[in-house]
Amino acid sequence: MSIVTNKLGALALLLGATLALVQPAQAIPAFARKYGLPCSACHEAWPKLNSFGQTFKDEGYQLNNDRDAPFYQNPAYWPVAMRITPHWHFEGNSRVASDVVPGDGTSGQQQSTINASGFDLPGIDILTGGTLAKNISFLLVPSIESDSGTISFESAWVRLDRLHGSPWLNFKFGKFELDLPISEKRIMTLSNNGGFYQLYHFLPPGDVTPTSMGDNQLGAELLGHSADDHTRYALSLLSSSDGELGLPGGRSYDGYFHLSQAFLLPHLGLQRVGAYGYVGLAPTFLLTSDGVPIPGSGRGNRSFYRAGAYASFYLGRFDFTGLVQRASDNVFLANATAANQTLPDGAQSPVWNTGTLEAHYTYSPQLVFIGRYELVRMTRQALATNPGDFANLDAFTLGYRYYPFMHSRAGLAWHQEVATVRSKLTSLNGQDQRSTSVFMGFDFAF
Amino acid sequence: MRIRPQILYCSILLISLATGVASAQNAGASSGYPVAQGKLTEPEHRGKGLYRRYCVGCHGVRGDGNGENAPYLDPKPRDFTQATFKCRSTASGSLPLDSDLYATITRGIHASGMPSWNPLPSRDRSDLIAYIKTFSPRFHEEQPGPALPIPAEPPASAESTQRGAAVFQDMNCWSCHGKDGRGNGPSAHTLTDSRGYPITPYDLTTGSRFKCGESDRDLFRDLMTGLDGTPMPSFTDALKPDQLWDVVHYIRSLQTNHGQDGEAAMVGSKTETGK
Repeated sequence: MSIVTNKLGALALLLGATLALVQPAQAIPAFARKYGLPCSACHEAWPKLNSFGQTFKDEGYQLNNDRDAPFYQNPAYWPVAMRITPHWHFEGNSRVASDVVPGDGTSGQQQSTINASGFDLPGIDILTGGTLAKNISFLLVPSIESDSGTISFESAWVRLDRLHGSPWLNFKFGKFELDLPISEKRIMTLSNNGGFYQLYHFLPPGDVTPTSMGDNQLGAELLGHSADDHTRYALSLLSSSDGELGLPGGRSYDGYFHLSQAFLLPHLGLQRVGAYGYVGLAPTFLLTSDGVPIPGSGRGNRSFYRAGAYASFYLGRFDFTGLVQRASDNVFLANATAANQTLPDGAQSPVWNTGTLEAHYTYSPQLVFIGRYELVRMTRQALATNPGDFANLDAFTLGYRYYPFMHSRAGLAWHQEVATVRSKLTSLNGQDQRSTSVFMGFDFAF
Repeated sequence: MRIRPQILYCSILLISLATGVASAQNAGASSGYPVAQGKLTEPEHRGKGLYRRYCVGCHGVRGDGNGENAPYLDPKPRDFTQATFKCRSTASGSLPLDSDLYATITRGIHASGMPSWNPLPSRDRSDLIAYIKTFSPRFHEEQPGPALPIPAEPPASAESTQRGAAVFQDMNCWSCHGKDGRGNGPSAHTLTDSRGYPITPYDLTTGSRFKCGESDRDLFRDLMTGLDGTPMPSFTDALKPDQLWDVVHYIRSLQTNHGQDGEAAMVGSKTETGK
């Protein structure tokens, strides 16, 4: 188990570092400038959308007041916004495996607590989106990584809206965020431990399934909604590449669906329930030439799935979303074993359940409190020899965002947050590990 | 199964807290700004919080249409202090009914900065109306007139369209809207609204949507009530209902894209539609 836990620790650190670079994308002052609406018109508290903003998004970034097409804009209007979050953060990780003698990998390993803090910057998102013409919308989000300065494309898609004049038929093509039940690109928390959903990213230790629903994906999507936006659906056909550019290795496609229904409760507001599912295939090995893997030659595809249901309730200023998900990966993916190789003794397909409860208290459009609890419970381990609760996970996040002003030109939020994640029995000595983040900084977009 | 007392107490506390918070908020503002109630009624109070969230950027804190975006908007945002509204079912010069204001908020105003607020819960829209009406004392001092009746529409025909064309000429509609209805009549460049801002007559040939609705009945109503605050007068005294329907049919004949998506039809032929 020690090798697995070492890898897990490294994986956790890598995941944290990676996710720290992936800032949420969508809070787009360019739209506010275009239409002259304050951020609070579309966002409950940015970046979280309210029902008006959700309808605007579902209409392809259009208000349908005949001022959507770009030729209605002043030629000087440039549909570009930027967002970045200079911040201070503390990261504490307990029981991290480390060499007894630093630099000597043969000296054996021990458990160490690693705490660090400092001022930091995430990458910057350049958000450009809107309409190319009436009923043809787009989003392009180049991201500049803070450490390397390299540019990646977080999103790049074109959408044909209202095909045959119907809101039920819209077609999106490119790289985009899936129509997730709770958007990770509009997540209200930003820290290394709280800035992503375990729901979308959790994998049992040793599992190499390469796709995460939370990552933007390459593909095509058919989506639609009722005239009042209460009924919504999305069907996606995706490259099995987890959004990475280039042809996928496994010559396969993934599929995703999401269906939801909202209903108005008198005096309470709009409530929504929904269900979703993701099924996919991933190769377990590549053909090689002189031992070197041949790109695009993936073989031994094996499957995985995620399926869940949720409900979002609004009770005045208080809203909360509860979400349950069941997930499973094929035994070969879960044990990092090529499908043409022999599985280790006791190998089996892992199954786990995830629960997410996120609540917001919107005191005003300029002050919002956020709380989230996520749990992961393994119901079947990838190795039968693992303890039943191995890698079970509990994650708490608390924070608030204060927006000193609210208008249609730019946005600024003071953000404070604490997040902690406990992972059962995953340390070198089979003890629980805990990872904690404290985050404070200015989140601004203009 | 035995539940530990601490868990039970904590659960009761949490549920009570959540319920209490929810109940308190349901009795107060929705998701708008928290504002002092003062002398406002409960709907006005809720509406004020929502107004600050959604409307203040254009219509301004005082409701006078001087929000931070007003300088960049054409047409200008409505000045609620004047209590003058284009889209009404009541006679010219009369206050609108609440249902008129509700319809405007729900539908939005075509070819302006005013979007459809249909995604808002109906109570929020009603609360916004309650608050908007506090900007003008007229709503306390006067009662809106009754909704003007709209007679049944006679069948559209070539004869009706021809009669409508004649009325269009006789009533000098062309002086603003142009001989061919393109909003380029000889008076077009001289027109101003009630606040003195230049205003462009509607180009009747583009799309099929009008500011106060897109059906024939809506168009009939516009002719009947006029658009208060603009140079567009009421024709209810000058024309008989049949003549108004003839004009409606004539205007429809100018709209080559009638029946299509009006906005889609306008792609590639931008026309500054008027007020």
